[in-house]
Amino acid sequence: MLNLKESLRSGLVDIMREAAFNVPQDVKEALQRAYEIEDNSVAKANLRAILRNIEVSKEKKLPMCQDTGTPIFFIELGEDFPLKSELKGIIEEAVRIATDEIPLRPNAVNPWTYKNSGDNTGRFVPIIHLDLVPGGQMKVIYLAKGGGSENTSQLFMLSPVLGLSGIKRAIIDAMIEAGPKPCPPVIVGVGVGGSANMALKLAKKATFKRLNELNPDPKIAGVEAELLEKINSLGMGPMGLGGKTYALAVKIEWAHRHPASLPVGINTQCWAFRRAEAIFDNSGEMRLLVPP
Amino acid sequence: MAGYRLKTPVSEEDVRKLKVGDIVYLDGIIITGRDQVHRRALELAFKGEKDKMPMNLEGLALYHCGPIVRKVDGEWKIFGFGPTTSARMDSVETDFIREFGIRLIVGKGGMFEKTTRGMKEYKAAYLAYPGGTSAVATSAVKRVVDVHWLDLGSPEAMWVVKVENFGPTMVAIDSCGNNLFIDVLNKAKKLAEEAKAQM
Repeated sequence: MLNLKESLRSGLVDIMREAAFNVPQDVKEALQRAYEIEDNSVAKANLRAILRNIEVSKEKKLPMCQDTGTPIFFIELGEDFPLKSELKGIIEEAVRIATDEIPLRPNAVNPWTYKNSGDNTGRFVPIIHLDLVPGGQMKVIYLAKGGGSENTSQLFMLSPVLGLSGIKRAIIDAMIEAGPKPCPPVIVGVGVGGSANMALKLAKKATFKRLNELNPDPKIAGVEAELLEKINSLGMGPMGLGGKTYALAVKIEWAHRHPASLPVGINTQCWAFRRAEAIFDNSGEMRLLVPP
Repeated sequence: MAGYRLKTPVSEEDVRKLKVGDIVYLDGIIITGRDQVHRRALELAFKGEKDKMPMNLEGLALYHCGPIVRKVDGEWKIFGFGPTTSARMDSVETDFIREFGIRLIVGKGGMFEKTTRGMKEYKAAYLAYPGGTSAVATSAVKRVVDVHWLDLGSPEAMWVVKVENFGPTMVAIDSCGNNLFIDVLNKAKKLAEEAKAQM
């Protein structure tokens, strides 16, 4: 049991380190394509700096962005996985170790006293979303979420009579409101339906979808493509300084809704997508899926 | 669109030639200052106690940045040096430029009407550093020369940093009253209304 805990802890630190110095391959490819299609010099200079930053971060083991984010974990815990209630404590320890070793910027601040805890842990931080699933493995998606791009997230509680066009308009409004603030190019995650908090959670989960994979529902795939085209046609471009690529992708998740409610959650994810995904087997052995 | 390599401190003449869309690389001393540096420095200025400022900022570049800094073998070392959101300083930046003679503001996400007017009046420019590109910025750091007001906490302190070939930065507000962020956003707002009408 002791070994299991230790290997879990060190595996978690490893995936946090991977995320600090890498972006997922599909994001890198999308940024490269954006660089190729841009023709204005400011947009190209921004994307060139971004692509170079990805290389330098990986080579020199320097954090991608100085805002090393809030640690967020989405966990699918197999019901036969040997650890359950102790998991939270192990994740917290891993966050403390990672903060010291990588190093990460301490980003957990008490909203009443303004005191920074100094180690990225605190009340409800790290943020952990847990789902129980069949099997003996544990899947972890780790996200280090920067403040700049989380700040431009939005929730719209629309009237259902507004329908699909209301959803699309809300997304356009949210992008104008976001403007240069979330460090574009961004990935736009949209959660439709559920409840207020579910729509926002789905919006964040939507950003985890592979950028190069089409939505299996052709109707939703069409909406995603239309919105991506419309958002980019506004001309805000990389860093909001003009160009063709404000968004790399629009990704939609959904849930059934209450007859009287049409929640639309929007989550903006900056290009510096510090996300790692891994599977732990029941001995604590970790297999990294993303970023490689 | 011109390209420049400027050494700080910069002169009014240097700033006057910068136009929105130009690309600039910096050499020399830049100082970091975000929310708390602005607050403390302006408190001193408004009390008539500018002599208590830890250093002369004239002609320097003020960088909106909360760096990741650690002491390694007794020396300060920077691990993260990317820009923070400038908009938070928008309401006080004109006062800061006027009081301390800053010529260049470096940050991300843009500054808006008030700072644009201030930069025109006092001849300063805003350089947009690509948000999130901390590793590139860190590589341009030669050394940490000094730190002031460390009691504000390390991200909020005033770090005095020597840089070489720091960039690319893009002139987003020039000293003639042009603001690239505002121009892009105004155009986008108009296009958004047209797009929404068809949805």
